[in-house]
Amino acid sequence: MRARVFVTLKPSVFDPQGTTVAEALHTLGYGAVKGVRQGKYFELDIDASTPEDARRLASEAAEKLLANPVIESYRIEVDAGAAEAVR
Amino acid sequence: MKFAVVVFPGSNCDHDAYYAVRHVLGQDAVFVWHKDTSLQGADAVILPGGFAHGDYLRTGAIARFSPIMHEVKRFAEAGGPVLGICNGFQVLLEAGLLPGAMLRNRSVRFQCEHVVVKVEHTDTPFTVACRQGQLLRIPIAHGEGNYYAEPDVVEGLEKSRRVIFRYVTAVGAVTPDANPNGSVNNIAGLCSERRNVVGLMPHPERACELAVGSADGLVLLESVVTSVGQGAYAAAR
Repeated sequence: MRARVFVTLKPSVFDPQGTTVAEALHTLGYGAVKGVRQGKYFELDIDASTPEDARRLASEAAEKLLANPVIESYRIEVDAGAAEAVR
Repeated sequence: MKFAVVVFPGSNCDHDAYYAVRHVLGQDAVFVWHKDTSLQGADAVILPGGFAHGDYLRTGAIARFSPIMHEVKRFAEAGGPVLGICNGFQVLLEAGLLPGAMLRNRSVRFQCEHVVVKVEHTDTPFTVACRQGQLLRIPIAHGEGNYYAEPDVVEGLEKSRRVIFRYVTAVGAVTPDANPNGSVNNIAGLCSERRNVVGLMPHPERACELAVGSADGLVLLESVVTSVGQGAYAAAR
């Protein structure tokens, strides 16, 4: 089973890279882009019998390693199913 | 006294630290490989600068799984003096030995320059030989030294006098211009609750001889020699 984990800086945390990317897009004429947040994307191939089990394992992985809870939040999608905000 | 300098794959200031301790300060120093499980009876531990594990995932994030970190944690919890320099500071944050996290520098550039930091408190093993308010001219070299913690955490650090080094101007003023990376409250270094674990982004080990532009960093290493000489941390070994 495949879980996709999206890690981004919390909304309250300034993202210097995202800001720089936004400025670059503005330079290219994309003034309609009002903001950019840069993050990380992980694909986990998980040996699990149910999507719920895969999600639980992916959540633990995100909590313990993939995201730093001090500055980052994460979102998990399992297979082609629905997205769910975890925190 | 004996210093242990931990070597991670990707550490690149390990030899600088070893040199400063052994050849400038004249103390004993040993390299400890990250897969080792003993600090070899050292009196103080240095986590050096560099790019441990290639900075994969996040700076310091993988280093906390290195076997030696169990021993570093135990040593720290027993009250032993631990100094994290630059990447070593980032490792201490990821390992949970110090609070907070590092963001990319506000400039989005790797900042490599001499800065001035003020010693805010002298009651740590690495600042005991400093004067309160002493200004140290020490180099920085990092891309992710923009210290961040939740506002209540920062307030707690300030109240408990745990901000040990702050970026300041040449005359000691805390201003946005003196802040090279965007760190909250110009924080350059802090200590643990018990004050024995200290992390800072600047490189004192690279400022131990006038021949390299400044010897201001030596006082941190002299401090821990003084502290250990007073027998304050014998229990940790």
